[in-house]
Amino acid sequence: MAYDYAPFPYVAPPGLTSPEPRHPVAIVGAGPIGLAMAIDLAQHGIKSVVLDDNNVVSVGSRAICWAKRTLEIFDRLGVGTRMRDKGVTWKVGRLFHGADEVYSFDLLPEDGHKYPAFVNLQQYYVEQYLVERAQALSDHIDLRFLNKVTDHSDHGDHVRLSVETPDGPYQLEAEYYIAAEGAGSPTRKRMELPFKGQTFEEHFLIIDVELPNSPFETEDPERWFWFAPPFHAGQSALLHKQPDNIYRIDLQLGPDTDPKSEATEEKVIPRIKAIIGDMPFRLDWMSVYKFRCAKLDRFVHNRVLFVGDSAHVVSPFGARGGNGGIQDVDNLGWKLAAVLNGAPTTLLDSYDAERRHGSDENILNSARATNFMTPKSKIEALFRNETLRLAAKHPFARKLINSGRLSQPCALADMPLQTGDHPLVGRALIDMPLPDGWLVEAVQGRFCLLTLDAQNWQVPDTIDTYALPATPERAARYGDTGAVLLRPDGHICACFTTPDAAAIQAAYARATGATP
Amino acid sequence: MIINDRLGPQGDDVYAALIAAHDGLDTDQSHALNARLVLILLNEIADPNRIAALLAEARALSSSD
Ligand SMILES: Cc1cc2nc3c(=O)[nH]c(=O)nc-3n(C[C@H](O)[C@H](O)[C@H](O)COP(=O)(O)OP(=O)(O)OC[C@H]3O[C@@H](n4cnc5c(N)ncnc54)[C@H](O)[C@@H]3O)c2cc1C
Repeated sequence: MAYDYAPFPYVAPPGLTSPEPRHPVAIVGAGPIGLAMAIDLAQHGIKSVVLDDNNVVSVGSRAICWAKRTLEIFDRLGVGTRMRDKGVTWKVGRLFHGADEVYSFDLLPEDGHKYPAFVNLQQYYVEQYLVERAQALSDHIDLRFLNKVTDHSDHGDHVRLSVETPDGPYQLEAEYYIAAEGAGSPTRKRMELPFKGQTFEEHFLIIDVELPNSPFETEDPERWFWFAPPFHAGQSALLHKQPDNIYRIDLQLGPDTDPKSEATEEKVIPRIKAIIGDMPFRLDWMSVYKFRCAKLDRFVHNRVLFVGDSAHVVSPFGARGGNGGIQDVDNLGWKLAAVLNGAPTTLLDSYDAERRHGSDENILNSARATNFMTPKSKIEALFRNETLRLAAKHPFARKLINSGRLSQPCALADMPLQTGDHPLVGRALIDMPLPDGWLVEAVQGRFCLLTLDAQNWQVPDTIDTYALPATPERAARYGDTGAVLLRPDGHICACFTTPDAAAIQAAYARATGATP
Repeated sequence: MIINDRLGPQGDDVYAALIAAHDGLDTDQSHALNARLVLILLNEIADPNRIAALLAEARALSSSD
């Protein structure tokens, strides 16, 4: 069944008739990242106004793969369980070269985590769930559809925005301005900020089809990826399941195709039949994309902060666009809330440093996957094809095959807010079962000291403590003694062996930007 | 970097074996074999620093540089 794109209501904003009081935060763009940003801030007690030029969720084929860490962040934001329950969890991936299966893998996720390695869920559902969650927080989130931001100016301690609505233009002011307007970011263009990176010449046809039966050999959802499939000579292809019996097909088209003529039913229907055979199907959506990897030199420009695709874009192989953006939100939410409550702005500089690091990692991985799939020279193609041939027999070569390295939580070791060099420092928390739920449900969203032993751990009022129950999962993931300090975004910023109150206080001061 | 001689007196045998491995192959097939061989050898060497040094050494003789 096709998704019902119900428009969200437009309400004439107060600023049309009289000046609005200055908002703490204005978020431009209600895509997944802008919406998640507003929810995160609301949960930290910060009010925001969210302005979007449109009034429906994301139309057509965009993000489908949501990684475990993203789901854990979404859990904190109140939509994780819903996404998991609606989403498709797949385990088996098969990789083909020509007509032959090179190998298959079973993700067999480790037990003892609330969320699987990832789920597939269409971006429109994710946005719908986020909008509904934001609407439930309406005392903190002022969500305005059909409000297009046309200009902004930074006045040092606030930003002034010009907005256009169906009823005409108005202006508003905010202490901070968050640009979450996607890859084409008008804010970035207005500020003439360089957006440097690599554009891939290759075109990709992305199709969503509804099928009555599974095209895989079993009813279980799988991920099939082909290099040089018999039905699509010389190129690569991907088949992946989404909810509602919708299947995603990615077809590499080569650099010299005409995107307009490719995205026509006349051309696309034979391509679909070549893959799925004679089964009846409903074409849900099709589009032709060219991909690029690029990012801003800085994500923080005084009062203007960039998040999500407006700060960085990647090719979709490895699913790091939306997943990377959600980590931006997780990183920025508590810091901006703290700054608005009087913390030093160096915390925002740490957002810039930590997420540029995350973005570098995502760009590196996405660019490598894209290069593997689209060799630029004869020699690159030769190594690629021989890797595929070796892989049928040799496990080492399987590991070189790159059809996307799925998004992993970014590690923040050696960055300014962290203390010490314990191997856990900088990592995102590792989930584990608790007697009444999951660790990701119990401790995210605030500074929290996870204690592992019965020593007398003393912490300042600003830090929670949580005694982790002694279980085999705890022993394997955290050990048996000491304590681990979590930031509100679940990253570990320090580890302690003894309850040294001064050391804990110092690590906390460092993690909150109070001391360098 | 100095690449130590590790083949010693077996050098001639090893070289002959390399050439013999290509017997009966056309140029494309030989290039493909070489590519597989490089990949297999990379896995045997395994150490990324060592591999980087060896790649640089081979690259140093490319005429375009
Ligand atoms: C084919 C494809 C497959 C993908 N697959 C995945 C995947 O599997 N997993 C994954 O994590 N990511 C994936 N991505 C990437 C993902 O879709 C993006 O990273 C994500 O949408 C970025 O979210 P965003 O909120 O930053 O921007 P957007 O989703 O682009 O949202 C920006 C919003 O800002 C609004 N806006 C723009 N200008 C203005 C203005 N002037 N005033 C007000 N509002 C404005 C827009 O209307 C829009 O609602 C994929 C992308 C593509 C194209």
